[in-house]
Amino acid sequence: MSLERPEPSTHDQVGVTERGLDYEAIDDLLGDLVIGRESHLNAEGFVVRPERVAEALDRLKQQAGFDHLSCVTAQEYDDRFESIYHLKKYADPTQEVSVVVPTSHDDPHSQSGNAVFRTADWHEREAYDLMGITYDDHPDLRRILLPETWQGHPMRKDYDKEQPQVVTFREHANPLQEDHRAGGGEGDTMFVNIGPHHPATHGVLHLKTVLDGETVADVEPDIGYLHRCEEQMCQQGTYRHQIMPYPDRWDYISAGILNEWAYARTAEDLADIEVPEYAQIIRTMSAEMCRIASHMLAVGTFALDVYGDFTAIFMYSTRDREIVQNLLEDLTGQRLMFNYLRLGGVAWDLPEPREEYFEKVRDFLDDLPAKLEEYHDLITGNEIFQLRCVNTGVLDPEMAKSYGTTGPVARGSGIDYDLRRDDPYGYYPELDWDVITEDGCDNYSRVLVRMKEVEESAKIIEQCVDLLEDWPEEEREIQANVPRTLKPDNDTEVYRAVEGAKGELGIYIRADGTDKPARFKIRSPCYSNLQALPEMSNGEYIPDMIASLGSLDIVLGEVDR
Amino acid sequence: MSSDKQIQSTQEARMGEGVDSRFNSKLREAFGSSPFILTKFDKFMNWVRGSSMFMLQFGIACCSIEMMHTYAVKHDLDRFGAGVPRASPRQADVIIVPGTIVSKFAPRMKRVYDQMPEPKFVVGMGSCTISGGPFHEGYNVIKGAEEVIPVDIHVPGCPPRPEALVYGVAKLQERIANGESSPVTVKPYELEQFGDLEGDELVRHLADQIDEEDLVMRYNWAESP
Ligand code: SF4
Repeated sequence: MSLERPEPSTHDQVGVTERGLDYEAIDDLLGDLVIGRESHLNAEGFVVRPERVAEALDRLKQQAGFDHLSCVTAQEYDDRFESIYHLKKYADPTQEVSVVVPTSHDDPHSQSGNAVFRTADWHEREAYDLMGITYDDHPDLRRILLPETWQGHPMRKDYDKEQPQVVTFREHANPLQEDHRAGGGEGDTMFVNIGPHHPATHGVLHLKTVLDGETVADVEPDIGYLHRCEEQMCQQGTYRHQIMPYPDRWDYISAGILNEWAYARTAEDLADIEVPEYAQIIRTMSAEMCRIASHMLAVGTFALDVYGDFTAIFMYSTRDREIVQNLLEDLTGQRLMFNYLRLGGVAWDLPEPREEYFEKVRDFLDDLPAKLEEYHDLITGNEIFQLRCVNTGVLDPEMAKSYGTTGPVARGSGIDYDLRRDDPYGYYPELDWDVITEDGCDNYSRVLVRMKEVEESAKIIEQCVDLLEDWPEEEREIQANVPRTLKPDNDTEVYRAVEGAKGELGIYIRADGTDKPARFKIRSPCYSNLQALPEMSNGEYIPDMIASLGSLDIVLGEVDR
Repeated sequence: MSSDKQIQSTQEARMGEGVDSRFNSKLREAFGSSPFILTKFDKFMNWVRGSSMFMLQFGIACCSIEMMHTYAVKHDLDRFGAGVPRASPRQADVIIVPGTIVSKFAPRMKRVYDQMPEPKFVVGMGSCTISGGPFHEGYNVIKGAEEVIPVDIHVPGCPPRPEALVYGVAKLQERIANGESSPVTVKPYELEQFGDLEGDELVRHLADQIDEEDLVMRYNWAESP
């Protein structure tokens, strides 16, 4: 079947056995670096010495094959701070391990993992910003989400929300002033601010760009213009109902249900809830609708970026999004912020009359191939487009892995990684569909992957509709029996991810025995993907950088959270 | 052809015997014999302003997705003479603020607003621009756009449907045509020079990081609503 992935080549790595990971072997591998063990629901955690983090990560990467640093979570306990490095394998993401790094409460500092995984750079900066842990040997430890002049670290328990803050407005450098940043003080360069208010940044992103003539000498994404304290909001909410509305607002390009699923999956694992099969199918169907809507917008705005074309392609894609949004509205009652999933199922059944709804969905699916053909004519088959996009913004697979990219960005670099298949959840394993990869590694491949994924999503929806249509009426169970208040056991920790529209959307939750999470950390795919932008753009023409940015398809609500 | 002689220029046709009936309208009839309107220049200008508004292409958060849909096919804000998004604030009359404003963004938004030529109007879209919306309690979130810039029309919703935004814009046009706009007052959060801030503990602490002339915005969270 198409879901069979090529035989993963992990068997010569330390700890890999027939029956899953052998954590004792990994323990031996880490040897004296380990000072303790922890058990998380998703993986074993090894507590390592704070001054030898890089070494531990390096051993795990080189010898045990953990080549994907998915996320770095920082958190505070009463007596200590802790950073958790969630490691996985691109070849098989069900093989996971957590590296737990404790540090003292008075002077929290530990070694940086940046030397081993480039993605640690930004994740650690975020941890420093919000939690105030310092990372030794970090190349550039500055605040990343909050303004530089911010006082205090807001995710700490003793942070005073009422204290006044002063925020500077400095970014109005004169582009014509003398500037010699590139090439060691020689040569003329020019500093340009792109954003935070700029049509090509897809929101409020600020790119500090140094140009050498028309080529990009250096680009630094400056984020945090939409840091809405999502983690804090989730930590204030109760598991059962108060958290679910927020995921809709992370990746707000109509990808709501995909995000909700990330929370649902994590919390369901945490509280040990089984979801009825019928609900799983509805989830799968609606999630794929969201993916189509999201990819449509990505394609539309990408065409907007490279053609500067506010007419045909953008309008076509909005037209098709309207159809999907109508379908989702019929199902959920909202056009954008669905709030449709519930722990243990979905909020309500399909709209009555069901036949009419199925027909609408079918109509949409029937029209889709012709429409996609049209898109291909306008976009991927267009010579000008190809000239702009083939071989620009190249991100080779090694770099892509080191930056922790996922989703269409990784798949456009030939990395065969899709959590729907590799870490199965929902109803995906029962359905017949393919994971799309392209190995061009350029802007063109990334767009192509998205367009082809729309077809795959359509396949999935079609199969779901078939199943739902024949589902016997008395077995339509939309929600499992879930207690009114959920209080997962004290000190249970779990990190779970789903394949969002932009890639691996993960959530880490630590429960403390109350009905609210003690720590709620979001792993946003866009955050990691955006970090790779300089890698793709340095040395290229500035219009190609805009194209690369468009092909990353970031959404700032998710980058900044 | 034989009817050649009868063809006259349009002008002739009109000038000949009274006004061409095609040019008649209810309005024209109401004017009676004199084809002139007497109005105040201001009133005329306001009518023009309201009927042709240039919007600023300004996306912040989730609401901007619905804003895009309002501009695009199906809802097509252009039908109401308000659908030309301009990328530069210097060409825009109306700014729709579509999303959550956080501490880092407020100074930039103020600057963009300042760059728009007078007269300018603001539509606040979504609960976030009213009070911070779902993120009201966030440590970093400005409790509504009105803390920073004056807002003419609030469109509630999270996000408001495109129809609601269209309605909001139509209401704004009505107000403009009537010559109303929200008064520009001093807002709690203003861009000021760092040197002008009161020298309290925080300012003294930051003195070596910020130049006297740097523009800053000072947030007093304890006093915000
Ligand atoms: S009002 Fe709602 S939809 Fe609009 S920006 Fe705020 S959270 Fe997003």
